[in-house]
Amino acid sequence: MTMPISKKILFYFLLSIAALVVFAPALMAFVMSFMENKDIMTGTIPQSLSFDNYLKAFEQFPLLKYLFNSLVVSIVITIGQLVLSSLAAYAFVFLEFKGRDMLFFLFIATMMVPFEASIIPNFHIIRDLNWIDQYPGLTVPFFATAFGTFLLRQNFKQIPKELREASQIVGMGDFKFYLKVVLPVAKTSLVTLGAYGFLTSWNMYLWPLLSTTNDTVRTVQIGLKQLQTQEQLNDWGVIMSGAIIVIIPTLILLFLGQKQLQKGLTEGAIK
Amino acid sequence: MSMTKPMPDALEIQEINFESVKRKQRVKSFTKGMLFLLPSIVLFGVFLFYPLFKTMYLSFFLTNARGETTVFVGLQNYIEMFTSPIFHQSMKSTFLFVLYTVPTTIIIALLLAVLANEKLKGIGFFRTIFSSTMGISVAAASVFWLYMFHPSIGFLNRILNLIGLESIGWLTDPNWALIAVAVTTIWMNLGFTFLVLLGGLQSIDSYLYESADIDGAGYFYKLRRITIPMLSPTLFFVITVTIINAFQTFGQIDILTQGGPQNTTNLIVYSIYREAFSNYQFGTASAQAIVLFIIILVMTIIQFKLGERKVHYQ
Repeated sequence: MTMPISKKILFYFLLSIAALVVFAPALMAFVMSFMENKDIMTGTIPQSLSFDNYLKAFEQFPLLKYLFNSLVVSIVITIGQLVLSSLAAYAFVFLEFKGRDMLFFLFIATMMVPFEASIIPNFHIIRDLNWIDQYPGLTVPFFATAFGTFLLRQNFKQIPKELREASQIVGMGDFKFYLKVVLPVAKTSLVTLGAYGFLTSWNMYLWPLLSTTNDTVRTVQIGLKQLQTQEQLNDWGVIMSGAIIVIIPTLILLFLGQKQLQKGLTEGAIK
Repeated sequence: MSMTKPMPDALEIQEINFESVKRKQRVKSFTKGMLFLLPSIVLFGVFLFYPLFKTMYLSFFLTNARGETTVFVGLQNYIEMFTSPIFHQSMKSTFLFVLYTVPTTIIIALLLAVLANEKLKGIGFFRTIFSSTMGISVAAASVFWLYMFHPSIGFLNRILNLIGLESIGWLTDPNWALIAVAVTTIWMNLGFTFLVLLGGLQSIDSYLYESADIDGAGYFYKLRRITIPMLSPTLFFVITVTIINAFQTFGQIDILTQGGPQNTTNLIVYSIYREAFSNYQFGTASAQAIVLFIIILVMTIIQFKLGERKVHYQ
């Protein structure tokens, strides 16, 4: 495709302006996280940049603990989602049994129930299980996902049925076929779903706010809220350094998996 | 076996065996299917369907601070809710919020997606920037914007002062607070919406554009006559997802305004949260949760119904 140079310049100009505007809030926070507080307060161009705010954030808050908790929670949820949704997707694609369509409808129905609408009994369930301030309370409720099941189902459908017939002839059972053939073939979809699951779990807010009362399993998102409420009016540099630390893992994941995610989300969109 | 004609009673025996084998097979395949689905079904049951019915149940009761039911009050919670000025304000704010955020998010994301769909050198960099807000959590985004909206050192008021305008109390002025939260939300949702729309644009057959080029069609003609119609299933998906997300807004409110000033940003999920976990009124909170559920239910059904019709578009 050839484009006149004037049009090219126009496009680059528009793209740059848009990029600057979209990225400005994050960019400002990034710069502020290296600035001295008095420079932030007066709005002057900083004379020197330093890592002091980061050191302070790690000293004054158990940020490492929060980060570790978030990592554990996100990894556990991601694995849980991958296992449960791939098993369910396998049943919907390869197994034929009575009541399958009814169960498929049940999965669709789950998409109509927002978690927020059932949060009160959920909180009581977790409390009665003594799962407040426990990893299971933060993770187990999110293992089953209709979105993940549908995404993988789309992908599993592309695996030729003959492959399963052949595997049955050689005496390979369903579980072995699922493990040895289906999962390796669907690797890219699993990675996409995994990245998406990690991203959303890392960024969860309402549930960790309710189901943690102290630092033992508190995630970094709630840690950031704590940091903000305690540091407000004092030290914006420290707050911003906390916020930057929170977004780095997910931004890296997004940059690496952007193409994959885009494909996966579009597939989910058009179904 | 096929060589000789089977004897009548031998045939019968075979048939009986056939039936029982079939039945056994059916039981076996049912058990197998259930084994694969059981983990998901159990968790959906415990953490989704049971809580949903429990919420309906709770909405007809008064509760104690532990959430145990004390007095059956019938529809009283619903009557109180629908006559409460605070709930009216909450519903009004919620619908206004949807109105502020949904069209703006989609229009901006669409413009960005159209720009980023050009085949230019280094376009990947711009795509990454535009989708970046998807990786930024609600807590971090709210903290960024908390600074932007800060009354004295915030970026927005500094700009206003610079061009000789007066400062605005973005988060403390009842006329501005909902808009401020909406701006934060639009920014946050831009990344996801952009990424999905870009995917939709890229799946449009380039042959359509080539034949339009041969006919000498202009840029905006192609945009109006090819891009938008071909994108309609994706657009439709994005619209419903954005609406549903808007109804579920919580984190921004909790960090930026806590529902204030004068309850103008007390959106429905925040209202449920406050009613249940600060006021311990689980009955009335459940009634509000049921309202939220019905709204989302209707939205999802519309999405499925209309979405089905739009599929043959492709």
